[in-house]
Amino acid sequence: MDKGEMLTLYHEMVLVRRLEEKAAELYQQGKIGGFLHLYIGQEAVGSGVISCRRPEDRVITAYRDHGIAISCGMSADVVMAELLGKTTGCSKGKGGSMHLADVNLNFWGGHAIVGAHLPLAVGLALADKYQGSEAATICLFGDGATNIGYFHESLNLSMVWKLPVLWICENNQYGMGTAVERASAVSEIRRKAEGYGMPNARVDGMDILQVRAATEEALKHVRKDGPFLLEAVTYRFLGHSMGDPERYRESDEVQKWKDDDPIGIFRKYLIENDLYDEATLDAEDQKVEQEILQAVDFAERSPDPEPQALFEDIYIEELP
Amino acid sequence: MTVMTMRQAISQALWEEMEQDERVFIMGEEVGLWGGTYAVTKGFYDHFGPERVRDTPIAEGVIVGAANGAAMAGLRPVAELMTINFAFLAMDQIVNHSAKLRSMFGGQFTIPVVIRAVGGGGRQLGATHSQTPDVVFAHFPGLKVVAPGTPSDAKGLLKAAIRTDDPVMFIEHATLYQTRGEVPDEEYLEPIGVSKVQRQGNDVTIVTYSKMLQVSLLAADQLAQDGVEVEIVDLRSLRPLDMDPVMESFRRTNRCVIVEEGWSSYGVGAEVAARLYEEAFDYADAPIRRVAQKEVPLPYNRELEQLALPQVDDVIRAVKEVL
Repeated sequence: MDKGEMLTLYHEMVLVRRLEEKAAELYQQGKIGGFLHLYIGQEAVGSGVISCRRPEDRVITAYRDHGIAISCGMSADVVMAELLGKTTGCSKGKGGSMHLADVNLNFWGGHAIVGAHLPLAVGLALADKYQGSEAATICLFGDGATNIGYFHESLNLSMVWKLPVLWICENNQYGMGTAVERASAVSEIRRKAEGYGMPNARVDGMDILQVRAATEEALKHVRKDGPFLLEAVTYRFLGHSMGDPERYRESDEVQKWKDDDPIGIFRKYLIENDLYDEATLDAEDQKVEQEILQAVDFAERSPDPEPQALFEDIYIEELP
Repeated sequence: MTVMTMRQAISQALWEEMEQDERVFIMGEEVGLWGGTYAVTKGFYDHFGPERVRDTPIAEGVIVGAANGAAMAGLRPVAELMTINFAFLAMDQIVNHSAKLRSMFGGQFTIPVVIRAVGGGGRQLGATHSQTPDVVFAHFPGLKVVAPGTPSDAKGLLKAAIRTDDPVMFIEHATLYQTRGEVPDEEYLEPIGVSKVQRQGNDVTIVTYSKMLQVSLLAADQLAQDGVEVEIVDLRSLRPLDMDPVMESFRRTNRCVIVEEGWSSYGVGAEVAARLYEEAFDYADAPIRRVAQKEVPLPYNRELEQLALPQVDDVIRAVKEVL
């Protein structure tokens, strides 16, 4: 990774952070409805993993998807417009926070049922293998998803069919409010891959450079030999979604992880290695502030869907 | 025209569509080496190979889920569920994904998937393997639900289902596979969402589909001997539901019996009767009757099972009640 790419990644992580903070603010103002699952604390995983992909590689994730959308190249404008339910949103305002996607960016969603997108990833990878494409499918999910049947059915079939899937478990240590140790018989999630004879690894998900190194190794394997499970140990700094009372964890635990902030770690690396100085990075932060203001402005000025949109995009073929 | 069984007609439809479109492939339990548990895909594995006739583990969630994913990425999967009862294990993929991936993402995704599922009772398979839950799937906007009652409809509708870009639940009745009928020799498609008059008459309208079409045809033959001419409208698809031929017939006969194999509560009869009452109330000369399965889980014992399933005599009795 050259110096320029590092600055781009730093910018991206800050953008995700600020976008989420702004989304929380808009949620509290009642401008965003439904559920809102924020990615704050996990930025190094999404940015690190997706920065390793080739354009033809597909990305699919769960409902904590705003950061993943940004990393796939979606603009903050379009993300914000979808959060506000506007026609200019990626899903024309019909999907909301949990259903961001852009086929043109090879980003296949944003899926709201825990574990349900893992079989979809199997199918995406199957299609690539079937058509002789070299593409890999990168499928991200939380630790909570590894306890549901879909996870096991999907890992098994991906291995049986030797499909090019990189399974990324973002172990943020809680499935909603239940700690991984209280929900999973095995808290080191990567070990679950052993049951399927699938190669696996565990990486510090707070350090983007480590995430990138592990992802590059894993993708090499996926392209050559089939599926791989990479567990990235991370932490969500905020609640599961807005309105989470957070009775299930202590504030000093949260603080411990916040001290290891993924953006702070990367920023420190860039400065200590004389790659960038404080002033340059601060200027980057300022650029992000402008992008966020612009995104909110774009979303707020965008039109709501017309009533007739209610019946659009349900079937492709007109009914006889 | 060639006379063939429903099994042959369905098999031909799959074969022809696979021959002419490389994107079409089959996946499911025992579809390959075994040749299909109902022998529908016999010979396919040898001809099309393991890439296009894919045996899967017994894991319905990933069978339908992977089919959805492959469809999103441009293939045209035909996912076979050994029985429709196992569709409950894939319910989330069918109703939350096949049916919604298109609208929920503003039309970005196309899901040209066909889920073939075998349903119906009458084979002493017990309560969990004998259900006719067709209406469950028809409840969900976003899906198309097709259930043919004759070999020619089965072939033409399955070919149409494979070619449509919308997700289709294609329901076959296990006891119809040996049913014979004439099938056109030339290439043809039957339109999804078009009901069809399968027998003409002016005294009573019977609305039915799938296996109960055959039961209703037998009842109609017997009623004709008593001078009662029933008209039989075969819905063929439950969603979209084409009520036009039903309305036209009911406005002429002013009497209607709806025959379905599933339970009557919240069923096809309930839906069709409601629509008739809403739109053609003034035409009714008698209360609309429903013939359906007794409201019990199907028992194993042969006599008890047959007692629960709608029979020819039940249809005849209902027709006489509305006369």
